[in-house]
Amino acid sequence: MEMSEEIAKERIAKRIAQEFRLTTNRLFLNLGVGIPTMVADYVNNANVFVQAENGMLGVGPLAKSDEEDWQLINAGRQMVTMTKGCSFFDSAMSFGMIRGGHVDATVLGAFEVDEAGNIANWIIPNGKQLGVGGAMDLVSGANRVIVAIQHQDKKGKSKIKKNCALPITGFHEADLIITEYAVFAYEDGGLVLKEIAPEVTLEDIRMMTEAAYKVSTTVKTMDVA
Amino acid sequence: MKKVIQIMSCEEAIKSIAPHSRVMVGGFGLRGYPEDLVDALAASRIGDLTIISNDLGSPGVGLGKLLTNNQIKGLEGNYYNWNPEVAAAYNEGKIKVNLLPQGTFAEGIRAAGAGIPAFYTLASVGTELAKGKETRTFGDKEYVLEYALPGDVALLKAEKADELGNLVYCKSARNFNPIMAMAAKYVIVEVGEIVAAGELDPECIVTPHMFVDVLVLKGR
Repeated sequence: MEMSEEIAKERIAKRIAQEFRLTTNRLFLNLGVGIPTMVADYVNNANVFVQAENGMLGVGPLAKSDEEDWQLINAGRQMVTMTKGCSFFDSAMSFGMIRGGHVDATVLGAFEVDEAGNIANWIIPNGKQLGVGGAMDLVSGANRVIVAIQHQDKKGKSKIKKNCALPITGFHEADLIITEYAVFAYEDGGLVLKEIAPEVTLEDIRMMTEAAYKVSTTVKTMDVA
Repeated sequence: MKKVIQIMSCEEAIKSIAPHSRVMVGGFGLRGYPEDLVDALAASRIGDLTIISNDLGSPGVGLGKLLTNNQIKGLEGNYYNWNPEVAAAYNEGKIKVNLLPQGTFAEGIRAAGAGIPAFYTLASVGTELAKGKETRTFGDKEYVLEYALPGDVALLKAEKADELGNLVYCKSARNFNPIMAMAAKYVIVEVGEIVAAGELDPECIVTPHMFVDVLVLKGR
């Protein structure tokens, strides 16, 4: 399968946005760095409020050059805008929101995810980095955890593993895994393939996925428009 | 009881920091950290410090200067990927690092300021960061015991203070500053402006002056 990284990421972000597009209740959403940040561009729903763990509820789109405010950043240090009704708070309240179960969903990237719903996204143990961020709090605290991940790495190896090899961020925390080719839900203790992209077959997915999964009896074609 | 608020220079203010102190520093990703106070601390060359902060700036920028100057003995914090010199110094055994999930780090500071010695959280259970830590099961879930993170001195940044030491912040520059104000024995705050008492709307004051000892004016 060949797809440029840019198109793959955009497709993943758009598909994740569909999860939130129709809500008529207020939905509080935390977005991680990378693909997750792009999700906000496609949600188009005034009932969705984005929380940034550095202390902001009501994160708007990334700031254009004439909107940049040095003191207004998201958790990835990108300069952002405020939506109407935006509020600021300290880091303890921010993680009280997360740990306390007040955040409805978190979307985060990962190096790997596995068939037990384990997520590895905080460190590659090569001695070059020392940081964890808010991911461990987010995966254990948010009500719904959506993993945005490209299906395979640059060498064509599955990133949906039987067992994660990298250090785990949270065990059994993934609720939904969305790649450029497939949507998996974690249901009844295992992965279930719910959707596949229009250009791939069930056999293609089988070939490119290391993890064991069941195929939903109602497997659908992924909306990639 | 506390002394009346003192307004002083950065150089004078940081004389209260002794070697081997636990110094809390507000900020997240170079926003909401006290630039002038950190510069003064770097210039002082006071050493063997334990720095309690979310991150350590960038190489040679902000708190990164303290590492470049070999003033740091230990770090307690959350995210040093923005300053790769931290991992390098840690690998060489030059510094100790207590790496904590961001929410655990924030709650540890909050707990220290609120008189709570330790607390349980779900974050990090079963992971490398929970190795050797006590756990306990509540209901059907296992939680990890984490300890309060007190400081000897806090160096903080606020947008504006009144002459009593009440503080207001600016947008996402608030971050860890309000909770660190409660968690350190001696609190020094760098502000952009000091106004007369009564000029700040009482409904908008985020940090009451009870938690503040010294004000420094940025750029003085």
